Amino acid sequence: MMAVMEIPPFERFYLEQRADVLRHLNRLLPREDAEDAYQETFLRALRAYEQLEHGRYLRAWVLTIATRIALDLLRRRRPTGIAPEQEVSDERPAFAALDHLAAGLPPRERAAVVLRYGYDLDYADIGRALGSSGEAARQAASAGVRRLRRKEIT
Amino acid sequence: MNVSTDLDRRFRDAAASEPALEVAYDVTESPVGPLLLAATDRGVCRISFEPEPEAEVDRLARTFGRSVLRAPRRLDSARRQLDEYFSGERRSFELESDLRALPAFQRLVLTELARIPWGETTSYGRLAARIGKPRAARAVGGALNRNPIAIVLPCHRVLGSTGSLVGYAGGLHRKRALLGLEQGELTLLE
Repeated sequence: MMAVMEIPPFERFYLEQRADVLRHLNRLLPREDAEDAYQETFLRALRAYEQLEHGRYLRAWVLTIATRIALDLLRRRRPTGIAPEQEVSDERPAFAALDHLAAGLPPRERAAVVLRYGYDLDYADIGRALGSSGEAARQAASAGVRRLRRKEIT
Repeated sequence: MNVSTDLDRRFRDAAASEPALEVAYDVTESPVGPLLLAATDRGVCRISFEPEPEAEVDRLARTFGRSVLRAPRRLDSARRQLDEYFSGERRSFELESDLRALPAFQRLVLTELARIPWGETTSYGRLAARIGKPRAARAVGGALNRNPIAIVLPCHRVLGSTGSLVGYAGGLHRKRALLGLEQGELTLLE
């Protein structure tokens, strides 16, 4: 059995996570949308907070909520399809200006790239955030990285 | 990335009316020093002279659930009524209290305490008699000492049998100030 990690009062959780959540949303969305998504993220977190069973993955948990909200917004805004994902390469890119670069990617790839390389979440967590498997998350991140390398960004 | 004051406030305002928020709290200034106010969706559950809210937030989370957030809007009515009380415009509070976390005896004492009107005082012994337990003055004192809702539940109006101030969780200088306010002496602390 893993030790149950204490879950802090919501106020403390909110203060600890809010800067990361806003940074994450700003990477995925235009500023105004990011602010709406920020509010929605923490309201959803608040509604679910009492049911949490342990405090081990609070950061991954709240970034997951934020990512889902951002993807829903992007889907509504950008109804055109996302480019199909192809071959897989798992090399880590050496990019410094991640935020700036990732901005042109399709939403799922962008979220996967940001969560993997910006936040160092593992693919299982990213898969949960994207509503897919860990393997699909890995493919989305790889496709995003390939696209960045080819500068296929809009 | 810094969260702007405006964005932070918008979230806290929205959260204040969320039923999922077990406890909303705020810290407000008063003539007797900073007050921590807290309310559940049933009513005010805490008013304390607590300048450092960290420990209080932990206590609230243990008592009512971990969804505790500084969300000042839920405390608007309590804050306004306290302001009116301190400026001498209000003599009784129209606020619901949430006492469900307390033992039955303490609820009984506090409910009786709430009936002592503005400007009047009583003793621990008389309060004990009023709840039908005339020999429980000491237990009544204990229940008042742990009064979770200072000022609104007026434990400052209860004195020793000789009329001495005796104890007050917020300190005797505050008890004296509150009684002075109700005697028309508007010079409060500082």
